[in-house]
Amino acid sequence: MRVKMWGVRGSIPSPGPRTVRYGGNTTCIEVRSDEDRLIILDAGTGIFPLAQSLLARLPVEANIFITHTHWDHIQGLPFFVPLHIPGNVVRIHGAFDLITQQGVEHVMNVQLQYSYFPIREAELKAAVEYLTLTVGEPVRVGDATVTPILMNHPVTNLGYRIECNGKALFFTGDHEPWRNIYAPEDPPWAEYQALIEQRQADLDAAIGPVDLLIVDAAYTVAEYPQKIGWGHGTFDTGLELARRTGARRLLCTHHEPTRSDDELERVFAEALARHPDPGCEVMLAYEGLEITL
Amino acid sequence: MPQLSPELERRLTAAVDRMPAFPKSVQTILAMTRDSNCLPKQLVGVIEKDPVMTLRILRVINSAYYALPNKIGSVGQAVVYLGLNTIKNLALACAAAGALPRFHTDFFDSQQYLLHSLAVASLARLLCEKHTRSEADPGDCYVAGLLHDFGKVVFAHTMAAEFTLALGIAAQEGKPLYLAEQEVIGADHAFVGALLAKKWQFGEALVACIRDHHAADVAPQAMLDCLRMADAICRKQSIGAAGNPWREEEMAELPTRFGSDLDAVVAGFGDLNKHLAEAQTFAQIGIGERG
Repeated sequence: MRVKMWGVRGSIPSPGPRTVRYGGNTTCIEVRSDEDRLIILDAGTGIFPLAQSLLARLPVEANIFITHTHWDHIQGLPFFVPLHIPGNVVRIHGAFDLITQQGVEHVMNVQLQYSYFPIREAELKAAVEYLTLTVGEPVRVGDATVTPILMNHPVTNLGYRIECNGKALFFTGDHEPWRNIYAPEDPPWAEYQALIEQRQADLDAAIGPVDLLIVDAAYTVAEYPQKIGWGHGTFDTGLELARRTGARRLLCTHHEPTRSDDELERVFAEALARHPDPGCEVMLAYEGLEITL
Repeated sequence: MPQLSPELERRLTAAVDRMPAFPKSVQTILAMTRDSNCLPKQLVGVIEKDPVMTLRILRVINSAYYALPNKIGSVGQAVVYLGLNTIKNLALACAAAGALPRFHTDFFDSQQYLLHSLAVASLARLLCEKHTRSEADPGDCYVAGLLHDFGKVVFAHTMAAEFTLALGIAAQEGKPLYLAEQEVIGADHAFVGALLAKKWQFGEALVACIRDHHAADVAPQAMLDCLRMADAICRKQSIGAAGNPWREEEMAELPTRFGSDLDAVVAGFGDLNKHLAEAQTFAQIGIGERG
Protein backbone atom coordinates (compact mmCIF):
# COMPACT_ATOMS: atom_id res chain seq x y z
CA MET A 1 0.00 0.00 0.00
CA ARG A 2 1.07 3.55 -0.66
CA VAL A 3 -0.18 6.60 1.19
CA LYS A 4 0.10 10.23 0.15
CA MET A 5 -1.00 13.21 2.21
CA TRP A 6 -2.77 15.93 0.20
CA GLY A 7 -4.33 17.93 3.03
CA VAL A 8 -3.17 17.96 6.64
CA ARG A 9 -4.77 21.09 8.07
CA GLY A 10 -7.79 21.08 10.35
CA SER A 11 -10.88 23.25 10.36
CA ILE A 12 -10.14 25.75 7.58
CA PRO A 13 -7.67 26.06 4.72
CA SER A 14 -4.64 28.00 5.92
CA PRO A 15 -2.43 29.00 2.98
CA GLY A 16 0.40 31.46 3.29
CA PRO A 17 4.07 31.77 4.09
CA ARG A 18 3.62 30.58 7.71
CA THR A 19 2.26 27.19 6.63
CA VAL A 20 4.09 26.58 3.40
CA ARG A 21 6.25 23.68 4.64
CA TYR A 22 3.42 21.58 6.08
CA GLY A 23 0.66 22.91 3.86
CA GLY A 24 -2.65 24.69 4.27
CA ASN A 25 -5.14 22.35 2.59
CA THR A 26 -7.72 20.55 4.69
CA THR A 27 -7.89 16.80 5.11
CA CYS A 28 -7.37 14.50 2.15
CA ILE A 29 -5.34 11.29 2.03
CA GLU A 30 -4.69 9.18 -1.06
CA VAL A 31 -4.25 5.46 -0.49
CA ARG A 32 -3.24 3.13 -3.30
CA SER A 33 -3.67 -0.59 -2.83
CA ASP A 34 -1.07 -3.04 -4.10
CA GLU A 35 -3.05 -3.42 -7.32
CA ASP A 36 -3.35 0.38 -7.55
CA ARG A 37 -6.97 0.73 -6.49
CA LEU A 38 -7.61 4.34 -5.50
CA ILE A 39 -9.01 5.02 -2.04
CA ILE A 40 -9.38 8.63 -0.91
CA LEU A 41 -9.90 9.39 2.75
CA ASP A 42 -11.86 12.64 3.07
CA ALA A 43 -12.51 15.37 0.58
CA GLY A 44 -11.12 18.50 2.17
CA THR A 45 -9.46 21.07 -0.10
CA GLY A 46 -6.51 18.73 -0.52
CA ILE A 47 -8.64 16.68 -2.90
CA PHE A 48 -8.31 19.41 -5.53
CA PRO A 49 -4.55 19.00 -6.15
CA LEU A 50 -5.07 15.23 -5.88
CA ALA A 51 -7.71 15.49 -8.61
CA GLN A 52 -5.27 17.37 -10.84
CA SER A 53 -2.78 14.55 -10.45
CA LEU A 54 -5.35 12.01 -11.60
CA LEU A 55 -6.19 13.69 -14.89
CA ALA A 56 -3.16 12.34 -16.71
CA ARG A 57 -4.56 8.82 -16.51
CA LEU A 58 -8.24 8.54 -17.32
CA PRO A 59 -10.67 7.00 -16.69
CA VAL A 60 -10.57 7.35 -12.94
CA GLU A 61 -12.19 4.88 -10.57
CA ALA A 62 -12.15 6.56 -7.18
CA ASN A 63 -13.43 5.26 -3.86
CA ILE A 64 -13.91 8.19 -1.54
CA PHE A 65 -14.49 7.49 2.15
CA ILE A 66 -15.79 10.45 4.13
CA THR A 67 -14.99 10.32 7.85
CA HIS A 68 -17.63 12.94 8.67
CA THR A 69 -19.47 15.82 7.13
CA HIS A 70 -17.85 18.88 8.69
CA TRP A 71 -16.79 21.33 6.00
CA ASP A 72 -13.06 20.76 6.25
CA HIS A 73 -13.61 17.13 5.26
CA ILE A 74 -16.04 17.61 2.38
CA GLN A 75 -15.59 21.06 0.89
CA GLY A 76 -13.29 19.91 -1.88
CA LEU A 77 -15.73 17.30 -3.13
CA PRO A 78 -17.50 19.45 -5.77
CA PHE A 79 -14.02 20.32 -7.07
CA PHE A 80 -13.02 16.70 -7.51
CA VAL A 81 -12.59 17.14 -11.23
CA PRO A 82 -13.12 13.47 -12.20
CA LEU A 83 -16.77 13.98 -11.19
CA HIS A 84 -17.14 16.24 -14.20
CA ILE A 85 -15.62 13.92 -16.80
CA PRO A 86 -17.63 11.16 -18.51
CA GLY A 87 -16.34 7.63 -18.12
CA ASN A 88 -15.11 8.04 -14.56
CA VAL A 89 -16.60 6.18 -11.61
CA VAL A 90 -16.72 7.87 -8.22
CA ARG A 91 -18.02 5.94 -5.25
CA ILE A 92 -18.69 8.06 -2.17
CA HIS A 93 -18.85 6.19 1.12
CA GLY A 94 -19.85 7.60 4.48
CA ALA A 95 -22.05 7.45 7.52
CA PHE A 96 -25.79 7.68 7.92
CA ASP A 97 -26.75 11.11 9.26
CA LEU A 98 -28.81 10.65 12.39
CA ILE A 99 -30.24 14.11 12.55
CA THR A 100 -31.36 14.44 8.94
CA GLN A 101 -32.00 10.68 8.65
CA GLN A 102 -30.22 10.64 5.30
CA GLY A 103 -27.44 8.58 3.85
CA VAL A 104 -24.10 9.84 2.56
CA GLU A 105 -25.76 11.35 -0.55
CA HIS A 106 -26.60 14.19 1.84
CA VAL A 107 -22.98 15.40 1.46
CA MET A 108 -23.52 16.22 -2.21
CA ASN A 109 -27.14 17.31 -1.88
CA VAL A 110 -26.11 20.00 0.57
CA GLN A 111 -23.19 21.32 -1.45
CA LEU A 112 -24.57 21.17 -4.98
CA GLN A 113 -27.29 23.71 -4.46
CA TYR A 114 -27.87 26.73 -6.66
CA SER A 115 -26.71 29.18 -4.00
CA TYR A 116 -23.46 27.39 -3.31
CA PHE A 117 -22.26 25.74 -6.50
CA PRO A 118 -23.10 26.32 -10.17
CA ILE A 119 -23.42 22.69 -11.18
CA ARG A 120 -26.35 20.51 -10.16
CA GLU A 121 -25.90 16.93 -9.13
CA ALA A 122 -27.80 15.79 -12.23
CA GLU A 123 -25.15 17.51 -14.35
CA LEU A 124 -22.22 15.52 -12.98
CA LYS A 125 -20.69 13.55 -15.84
CA ALA A 126 -19.09 10.68 -13.94
CA ALA A 127 -21.02 7.69 -12.68
CA VAL A 128 -21.50 8.60 -9.02
CA GLU A 129 -22.48 5.99 -6.46
CA TYR A 130 -23.36 6.63 -2.85
CA LEU A 131 -22.71 3.90 -0.35
CA THR A 132 -23.92 4.49 3.18
CA LEU A 133 -21.81 2.38 5.49
CA THR A 134 -22.72 0.21 8.42
CA VAL A 135 -20.34 0.61 11.33
CA GLY A 136 -17.94 -2.31 11.56
CA GLU A 137 -18.98 -3.82 8.23
CA PRO A 138 -15.97 -4.08 5.90
CA VAL A 139 -16.12 -2.84 2.32
CA ARG A 140 -13.99 -4.49 -0.34
CA VAL A 141 -12.10 -2.24 -2.76
CA GLY A 142 -10.21 -4.56 -5.10
CA ASP A 143 -7.43 -6.14 -3.07
CA ALA A 144 -8.03 -3.81 -0.11
CA THR A 145 -10.59 -3.93 2.67
CA VAL A 146 -11.90 -0.81 4.37
CA THR A 147 -13.62 -1.13 7.75
CA PRO A 148 -15.50 1.84 9.24
CA ILE A 149 -15.17 2.30 13.00
CA LEU A 150 -17.30 4.67 15.07
CA MET A 151 -15.20 7.39 16.72
CA ASN A 152 -16.01 10.35 18.99
CA HIS A 153 -16.72 13.74 17.45
CA PRO A 154 -19.60 16.25 17.60
CA VAL A 155 -21.01 14.61 14.45
CA THR A 156 -20.88 10.92 13.55
CA ASN A 157 -17.27 10.27 12.56
CA LEU A 158 -16.01 7.04 11.07
CA GLY A 159 -12.38 6.08 11.41
CA TYR A 160 -11.18 3.76 8.63
CA ARG A 161 -8.99 0.70 8.89
CA ILE A 162 -7.55 -0.27 5.53
CA GLU A 163 -5.92 -3.65 5.02
CA CYS A 164 -4.14 -4.92 1.96
CA ASN A 165 -2.05 -8.08 1.71
CA GLY A 166 -1.05 -8.18 5.35
CA LYS A 167 -0.41 -4.45 5.73
CA ALA A 168 -2.78 -2.16 7.58
CA LEU A 169 -3.36 1.50 8.30
CA PHE A 170 -5.92 3.32 10.39
CA PHE A 171 -7.10 6.90 10.04
CA THR A 172 -9.07 8.34 12.93
CA GLY A 173 -10.67 11.21 11.06
CA ASP A 174 -11.53 13.71 13.79
CA HIS A 175 -11.54 12.11 17.19
CA GLU A 176 -11.49 13.19 20.81
CA PRO A 177 -10.90 10.49 23.41
CA TRP A 178 -13.95 9.98 25.61
CA ARG A 179 -14.24 11.92 28.84
CA ASN A 180 -16.50 11.45 31.81
CA ILE A 181 -19.25 14.07 31.75
CA TYR A 182 -19.76 13.62 35.50
CA ALA A 183 -17.58 14.71 38.40
CA PRO A 184 -16.25 11.89 40.61
CA GLU A 185 -18.68 12.86 43.36
CA ASP A 186 -21.72 12.52 41.06
CA PRO A 187 -23.53 9.17 41.48
CA PRO A 188 -23.43 8.24 37.76
CA TRP A 189 -19.65 8.82 37.55
CA ALA A 190 -18.55 5.22 38.08
CA GLU A 191 -21.03 3.74 35.64
CA TYR A 192 -20.13 6.29 32.98
CA GLN A 193 -16.43 5.76 33.60
CA ALA A 194 -16.84 2.02 33.08
CA LEU A 195 -18.65 2.73 29.82
CA ILE A 196 -15.97 4.96 28.40
CA GLU A 197 -13.18 2.60 29.46
CA GLN A 198 -14.98 -0.24 27.69
CA ARG A 199 -15.50 1.96 24.66
CA GLN A 200 -11.81 2.88 24.56
CA ALA A 201 -10.81 -0.77 24.92
CA ASP A 202 -13.18 -1.73 22.09
CA LEU A 203 -11.73 0.99 19.88
CA ASP A 204 -8.13 -0.04 20.63
CA ALA A 205 -9.03 -3.62 19.72
CA ALA A 206 -10.77 -2.55 16.51
CA ILE A 207 -7.75 -0.50 15.42
CA GLY A 208 -5.30 -3.24 16.35
CA PRO A 209 -1.61 -3.07 15.61
CA VAL A 210 -1.23 -1.24 12.32
CA ASP A 211 1.73 -0.32 10.15
CA LEU A 212 0.57 3.28 10.00
CA LEU A 213 -1.71 5.12 12.42
CA ILE A 214 -2.86 8.53 11.24
CA VAL A 215 -4.36 10.55 14.07
CA ASP A 216 -6.11 13.82 14.75
CA ALA A 217 -3.56 15.66 16.90
CA ALA A 218 -4.97 19.14 16.64
CA TYR A 219 -4.09 20.44 20.07
CA THR A 220 -1.37 20.54 22.61
CA VAL A 221 -1.98 19.33 26.14
CA ALA A 222 -1.94 22.95 27.31
CA GLU A 223 -4.53 24.03 24.73
CA TYR A 224 -6.90 21.13 25.28
CA PRO A 225 -8.72 22.32 28.44
CA GLN A 226 -10.13 25.22 26.42
CA LYS A 227 -11.24 22.86 23.66
CA ILE A 228 -12.98 20.08 25.54
CA GLY A 229 -15.89 18.70 23.57
CA TRP A 230 -14.71 20.17 20.27
CA GLY A 231 -13.96 16.66 19.07
CA HIS A 232 -10.19 16.64 18.63
CA GLY A 233 -7.21 14.91 20.16
CA THR A 234 -3.80 16.07 21.22
CA PHE A 235 -0.30 14.95 20.25
CA ASP A 236 -0.21 13.14 23.57
CA THR A 237 -3.49 11.25 23.08
CA GLY A 238 -2.21 10.20 19.66
CA LEU A 239 1.03 8.95 21.14
CA GLU A 240 -0.86 7.06 23.84
CA LEU A 241 -3.19 5.47 21.29
CA ALA A 242 -0.21 4.37 19.19
CA ARG A 243 1.45 2.80 22.21
CA ARG A 244 -1.69 0.98 23.36
CA THR A 245 -2.46 -0.42 19.94
CA GLY A 246 1.13 -1.27 19.04
CA ALA A 247 1.29 0.91 15.92
CA ARG A 248 4.57 0.75 14.01
CA ARG A 249 4.40 4.32 12.78
CA LEU A 250 2.37 7.32 13.94
CA LEU A 251 1.48 10.23 11.72
CA CYS A 252 0.03 13.33 13.40
CA THR A 253 -2.34 15.41 11.30
CA HIS A 254 -5.26 17.89 11.43
CA HIS A 255 -2.85 20.68 12.30
CA GLU A 256 -4.39 23.61 14.10
CA PRO A 257 -5.01 26.30 11.45
CA THR A 258 -3.41 29.16 13.38
CA ARG A 259 -0.21 27.22 13.97
CA SER A 260 2.77 28.22 11.85
CA ASP A 261 5.26 25.66 10.62
CA ASP A 262 7.78 26.73 13.25
CA GLU A 263 5.21 26.59 16.02
CA LEU A 264 4.03 23.19 14.82
CA GLU A 265 7.55 21.82 15.02
CA ARG A 266 8.04 23.36 18.44
CA VAL A 267 4.90 21.89 20.01
CA PHE A 268 5.58 18.56 18.35
CA ALA A 269 9.08 18.50 19.84
CA GLU A 270 7.62 19.31 23.25
CA ALA A 271 5.16 16.43 22.96
CA LEU A 272 7.96 14.05 21.99
CA ALA A 273 9.99 15.27 24.94
CA ARG A 274 7.12 14.16 27.18
CA HIS A 275 7.19 10.76 25.47
CA PRO A 276 10.90 10.11 24.98
CA ASP A 277 10.31 6.46 24.15
CA PRO A 278 7.12 6.45 22.05
CA GLY A 279 7.58 2.85 20.89
CA CYS A 280 7.19 3.71 17.22
CA GLU A 281 8.30 6.15 14.59
CA VAL A 282 6.39 9.43 14.99
CA MET A 283 6.00 12.03 12.27
CA LEU A 284 4.17 15.23 11.51
CA ALA A 285 2.04 14.99 8.37
CA TYR A 286 2.83 17.41 5.58
CA GLU A 287 1.40 17.91 2.13
CA GLY A 288 3.16 15.66 -0.35
CA LEU A 289 4.38 13.16 2.25
CA GLU A 290 4.41 9.68 0.73
CA ILE A 291 4.71 6.49 2.73
CA THR A 292 4.91 2.97 1.39
CA LEU A 293 3.79 0.18 3.66
CA MET B 1 -53.70 -11.64 22.91
CA PRO B 2 -55.11 -10.76 19.49
CA GLN B 3 -52.71 -9.60 16.81
CA LEU B 4 -52.51 -5.96 15.94
CA SER B 5 -53.66 -5.18 12.42
CA PRO B 6 -50.84 -4.03 10.12
CA GLU B 7 -52.72 -0.78 9.60
CA LEU B 8 -52.91 -0.07 13.34
CA GLU B 9 -49.25 -1.00 13.77
CA ARG B 10 -48.27 1.38 10.98
CA ARG B 11 -50.41 4.11 12.50
CA LEU B 12 -48.90 3.72 15.96
CA THR B 13 -45.32 3.61 14.66
CA ALA B 14 -45.85 6.71 12.54
CA ALA B 15 -47.40 8.48 15.50
CA VAL B 16 -44.33 7.93 17.65
CA ASP B 17 -42.10 9.27 14.85
CA ARG B 18 -43.89 12.59 15.17
CA MET B 19 -44.66 12.49 18.86
CA PRO B 20 -43.41 15.57 20.73
CA ALA B 21 -41.76 15.28 24.12
CA PHE B 22 -43.16 16.44 27.44
CA PRO B 23 -43.49 20.23 27.87
CA LYS B 24 -41.02 20.48 30.73
CA SER B 25 -38.25 18.70 28.83
CA VAL B 26 -38.91 20.71 25.69
CA GLN B 27 -38.72 24.02 27.55
CA THR B 28 -35.66 23.00 29.52
CA ILE B 29 -33.78 21.63 26.52
CA LEU B 30 -34.47 24.74 24.47
CA ALA B 31 -33.38 27.00 27.33
CA MET B 32 -30.27 24.99 28.18
CA THR B 33 -29.02 24.70 24.62
CA ARG B 34 -29.10 28.45 24.14
CA ASP B 35 -26.05 28.46 26.39
CA SER B 36 -23.10 26.80 24.69
CA ASN B 37 -21.54 26.27 28.11
CA CYS B 38 -24.39 24.16 29.45
CA LEU B 39 -23.02 21.16 31.25
CA PRO B 40 -23.33 17.82 29.45
CA LYS B 41 -24.53 16.08 32.59
CA GLN B 42 -27.35 18.60 32.98
CA LEU B 43 -28.48 18.01 29.41
CA VAL B 44 -28.40 14.26 29.92
CA GLY B 45 -30.27 14.75 33.20
CA VAL B 46 -33.19 16.32 31.33
CA ILE B 47 -33.26 13.92 28.39
CA GLU B 48 -33.26 10.85 30.60
CA LYS B 49 -36.34 12.13 32.42
CA ASP B 50 -38.44 12.27 29.28
CA PRO B 51 -39.83 8.97 28.00
CA VAL B 52 -40.37 10.28 24.45
CA MET B 53 -36.89 11.78 24.05
CA THR B 54 -35.32 8.71 25.60
CA LEU B 55 -37.06 6.23 23.39
CA ARG B 56 -36.38 8.25 20.26
CA ILE B 57 -32.67 8.35 21.08
CA LEU B 58 -32.57 4.64 21.88
CA ARG B 59 -34.40 3.98 18.66
CA VAL B 60 -31.82 5.84 16.60
CA ILE B 61 -28.77 4.35 18.24
CA ASN B 62 -30.08 0.80 18.09
CA SER B 63 -30.80 1.11 14.38
CA ALA B 64 -28.94 -1.17 12.03
CA TYR B 65 -26.56 1.54 10.81
CA TYR B 66 -24.51 1.33 13.96
CA ALA B 67 -24.48 -2.45 14.29
CA LEU B 68 -23.33 -2.04 17.87
CA PRO B 69 -22.09 -5.14 19.67
CA ASN B 70 -24.50 -4.59 22.56
CA LYS B 71 -27.90 -2.98 22.57
CA ILE B 72 -27.83 0.51 24.00
CA GLY B 73 -30.24 0.82 26.88
CA SER B 74 -29.60 4.22 28.43
CA VAL B 75 -29.13 7.84 27.43
CA GLY B 76 -25.68 7.82 29.07
CA GLN B 77 -24.60 4.92 26.90
CA ALA B 78 -26.01 6.70 23.86
CA VAL B 79 -23.88 9.75 24.68
CA VAL B 80 -20.75 7.60 24.82
CA TYR B 81 -21.49 6.11 21.40
CA LEU B 82 -22.95 9.06 19.53
CA GLY B 83 -21.32 11.99 21.27
CA LEU B 84 -23.04 14.67 23.27
CA ASN B 85 -23.59 17.01 20.35
CA THR B 86 -25.52 14.41 18.38
CA ILE B 87 -27.64 13.58 21.40
CA LYS B 88 -28.24 17.29 21.95
CA ASN B 89 -29.36 17.71 18.36
CA LEU B 90 -31.61 14.65 18.54
CA ALA B 91 -33.21 16.16 21.63
CA LEU B 92 -33.52 19.51 19.87
CA ALA B 93 -35.15 17.85 16.86
CA CYS B 94 -37.58 16.25 19.26
CA ALA B 95 -38.15 19.58 21.02
CA ALA B 96 -38.71 21.30 17.69
CA ALA B 97 -41.74 19.08 17.15
CA GLY B 98 -43.43 21.07 19.89
CA ALA B 99 -44.59 19.90 23.27
CA LEU B 100 -46.81 16.91 23.88
CA PRO B 101 -50.36 18.22 24.30
CA ARG B 102 -51.74 17.54 27.72
CA PHE B 103 -53.99 14.51 27.82
CA HIS B 104 -56.32 14.91 30.75
CA THR B 105 -59.40 12.93 31.69
CA ASP B 106 -60.92 11.93 35.01
CA PHE B 107 -58.72 8.85 35.05
CA PHE B 108 -55.48 9.84 33.31
CA ASP B 109 -53.31 12.92 33.24
CA SER B 110 -50.10 13.05 31.25
CA GLN B 111 -48.22 14.92 33.98
CA GLN B 112 -49.24 12.34 36.56
CA TYR B 113 -48.15 9.69 34.06
CA LEU B 114 -44.75 11.38 33.81
CA LEU B 115 -44.38 11.41 37.58
CA HIS B 116 -45.42 7.74 37.73
CA SER B 117 -42.87 6.79 35.05
CA LEU B 118 -40.05 8.75 36.71
CA ALA B 119 -40.86 7.38 40.15
CA VAL B 120 -41.03 3.78 38.90
CA ALA B 121 -37.74 4.36 37.08
CA SER B 122 -36.01 5.68 40.21
CA LEU B 123 -37.32 2.92 42.45
CA ALA B 124 -36.55 0.17 39.92
CA ARG B 125 -32.95 1.43 39.83
CA LEU B 126 -32.84 1.57 43.62
CA LEU B 127 -34.23 -1.95 43.99
CA CYS B 128 -31.65 -3.20 41.54
CA GLU B 129 -28.82 -1.48 43.41
CA LYS B 130 -29.98 -2.86 46.75
CA HIS B 131 -31.11 -6.35 45.83
CA THR B 132 -30.13 -7.58 42.36
CA ARG B 133 -27.04 -5.70 41.27
CA SER B 134 -25.21 -8.86 40.26
CA GLU B 135 -28.09 -9.93 38.02
CA ALA B 136 -29.17 -6.69 36.36
CA ASP B 137 -27.87 -3.24 35.56
CA PRO B 138 -29.38 -0.36 37.60
CA GLY B 139 -29.32 1.94 34.56
CA ASP B 140 -31.25 -0.61 32.50
CA CYS B 141 -33.81 -0.91 35.29
CA TYR B 142 -34.23 2.88 35.29
CA VAL B 143 -34.97 2.91 31.55
CA ALA B 144 -37.36 -0.04 31.92
CA GLY B 145 -39.25 1.96 34.54
CA LEU B 146 -39.26 5.10 32.44
CA LEU B 147 -40.58 3.32 29.35
CA HIS B 148 -42.73 0.50 30.74
CA ASP B 149 -46.02 2.36 30.21
CA PHE B 150 -45.18 4.39 27.10
CA GLY B 151 -47.80 2.42 25.18
CA LYS B 152 -50.33 4.49 27.14
CA VAL B 153 -48.94 7.77 25.83
CA VAL B 154 -49.01 6.33 22.34
CA PHE B 155 -52.70 5.46 22.87
CA ALA B 156 -53.45 8.88 24.35
CA HIS B 157 -51.70 10.58 21.44
CA THR B 158 -53.13 8.52 18.59
CA MET B 159 -56.46 7.05 19.74
CA ALA B 160 -57.64 9.33 22.49
CA ALA B 161 -61.31 8.32 22.23
CA GLU B 162 -60.65 4.59 22.52
CA PHE B 163 -58.13 5.07 25.32
CA THR B 164 -60.55 7.30 27.24
CA LEU B 165 -63.21 4.62 26.89
CA ALA B 166 -60.83 1.95 28.17
CA LEU B 167 -59.85 4.13 31.14
CA GLY B 168 -63.51 4.62 31.99
CA ILE B 169 -64.32 0.91 31.80
CA ALA B 170 -61.31 0.04 33.98
CA ALA B 171 -62.32 2.61 36.60
CA GLN B 172 -66.03 1.79 36.63
CA GLU B 173 -65.61 -1.97 36.64
CA GLY B 174 -62.53 -1.99 38.88
CA LYS B 175 -60.55 -4.08 36.44
CA PRO B 176 -56.93 -3.75 35.31
CA LEU B 177 -56.51 -1.13 32.60
CA TYR B 178 -54.70 -3.54 30.29
CA LEU B 179 -57.79 -5.79 30.16
CA ALA B 180 -60.00 -2.81 29.32
CA GLU B 181 -57.53 -1.78 26.60
CA GLN B 182 -57.68 -5.27 25.13
CA GLU B 183 -61.47 -5.05 25.01
CA VAL B 184 -61.65 -1.61 23.43
CA ILE B 185 -58.49 -1.33 21.33
CA GLY B 186 -57.74 -4.99 20.70
CA ALA B 187 -54.31 -4.75 22.29
CA ASP B 188 -52.99 -3.41 25.56
CA HIS B 189 -50.27 -0.83 26.24
CA ALA B 190 -47.73 -3.47 27.26
CA PHE B 191 -48.19 -5.37 24.01
CA VAL B 192 -48.04 -2.24 21.88
CA GLY B 193 -45.07 -0.81 23.80
CA ALA B 194 -43.14 -4.05 23.41
CA LEU B 195 -44.08 -4.34 19.76
CA LEU B 196 -42.67 -0.90 19.04
CA ALA B 197 -39.59 -1.49 21.23
CA LYS B 198 -38.89 -4.71 19.35
CA LYS B 199 -39.44 -3.04 16.00
CA TRP B 200 -36.87 -0.41 17.03
CA GLN B 201 -34.41 -3.13 18.01
CA PHE B 202 -34.25 -2.28 21.70
CA GLY B 203 -32.50 -4.87 23.84
CA GLU B 204 -34.40 -8.10 24.45
CA ALA B 205 -34.52 -7.60 28.22
CA LEU B 206 -36.10 -4.16 27.84
CA VAL B 207 -38.65 -5.46 25.32
CA ALA B 208 -39.50 -8.32 27.70
CA CYS B 209 -39.92 -5.93 30.64
CA ILE B 210 -42.34 -3.73 28.72
CA ARG B 211 -44.24 -6.78 27.43
CA ASP B 212 -44.47 -8.67 30.73
CA HIS B 213 -44.87 -6.00 33.37
CA HIS B 214 -48.48 -7.08 33.96
CA ALA B 215 -47.89 -10.79 33.48
CA ALA B 216 -48.27 -12.56 36.82
CA ASP B 217 -47.18 -15.96 35.56
CA VAL B 218 -43.81 -15.03 34.09
CA ALA B 219 -40.64 -16.57 35.56
CA PRO B 220 -38.64 -14.40 37.99
CA GLN B 221 -36.12 -12.19 36.28
CA ALA B 222 -34.11 -9.50 38.04
CA MET B 223 -34.86 -6.53 35.79
CA LEU B 224 -38.55 -7.39 35.43
CA ASP B 225 -38.89 -8.09 39.14
CA CYS B 226 -37.41 -4.68 40.00
CA LEU B 227 -39.76 -3.02 37.54
CA ARG B 228 -42.88 -4.83 38.78
CA MET B 229 -42.07 -4.16 42.43
CA ALA B 230 -41.31 -0.47 41.74
CA ASP B 231 -44.56 -0.17 39.77
CA ALA B 232 -46.50 -1.79 42.64
CA ILE B 233 -44.97 0.52 45.24
CA CYS B 234 -45.72 3.65 43.25
CA ARG B 235 -49.29 2.58 42.53
CA LYS B 236 -49.97 1.48 46.11
CA GLN B 237 -48.51 4.72 47.47
CA SER B 238 -50.22 6.80 44.74
CA ILE B 239 -46.97 8.34 43.55
CA GLY B 240 -48.09 9.71 40.22
CA ALA B 241 -50.75 7.80 38.33
CA ALA B 242 -51.13 6.09 34.99
CA GLY B 243 -54.78 5.13 34.90
CA ASN B 244 -54.40 1.82 36.69
CA PRO B 245 -55.03 2.16 40.45
CA TRP B 246 -53.58 -0.41 42.83
CA ARG B 247 -55.78 -3.45 43.61
CA GLU B 248 -54.99 -5.39 46.77
CA GLU B 249 -55.31 -8.73 44.97
CA GLU B 250 -52.17 -7.84 43.00
CA MET B 251 -50.20 -8.42 46.18
CA ALA B 252 -50.25 -12.17 45.58
CA GLU B 253 -48.80 -11.76 42.09
CA LEU B 254 -45.71 -9.77 43.07
CA PRO B 255 -42.18 -11.14 42.73
CA THR B 256 -41.06 -12.80 45.93
CA ARG B 257 -37.35 -12.02 45.88
CA PHE B 258 -37.88 -8.81 47.86
CA GLY B 259 -39.93 -10.58 50.55
CA SER B 260 -43.68 -10.72 50.95
CA ASP B 261 -44.13 -7.47 52.83
CA LEU B 262 -44.32 -4.56 50.43
CA ASP B 263 -44.31 -2.03 53.25
CA ALA B 264 -41.09 -3.52 54.56
CA VAL B 265 -39.49 -3.10 51.14
CA VAL B 266 -40.54 0.55 51.19
CA ALA B 267 -39.24 0.96 54.73
CA GLY B 268 -35.91 -0.45 53.55
CA PHE B 269 -35.49 2.57 51.30
CA GLY B 270 -35.43 4.93 54.27
CA ASP B 271 -36.88 8.29 53.32
CA LEU B 272 -38.76 7.55 50.11
CA ASN B 273 -39.19 11.24 49.34
CA LYS B 274 -35.44 11.66 49.24
CA HIS B 275 -35.20 9.11 46.45
CA LEU B 276 -38.11 10.59 44.56
CA ALA B 277 -37.28 14.26 45.04
CA GLU B 278 -35.75 14.66 41.61
CA ALA B 279 -38.70 12.99 39.88
CA GLN B 280 -41.19 15.01 41.87
CA THR B 281 -39.40 18.29 41.22
CA PHE B 282 -39.24 17.59 37.50
CA ALA B 283 -42.88 16.57 37.21
CA GLN B 284 -44.23 19.22 39.57
CA ILE B 285 -42.49 22.07 37.80
CA GLY B 286 -44.11 20.77 34.67
CA ILE B 287 -47.52 20.95 36.31
CA GLY B 288 -46.90 24.51 37.48
CA GLU B 289 -45.77 25.70 34.08
CA ARG B 290 -48.79 24.16 32.43
CA GLY B 291 -50.69 27.06 33.93
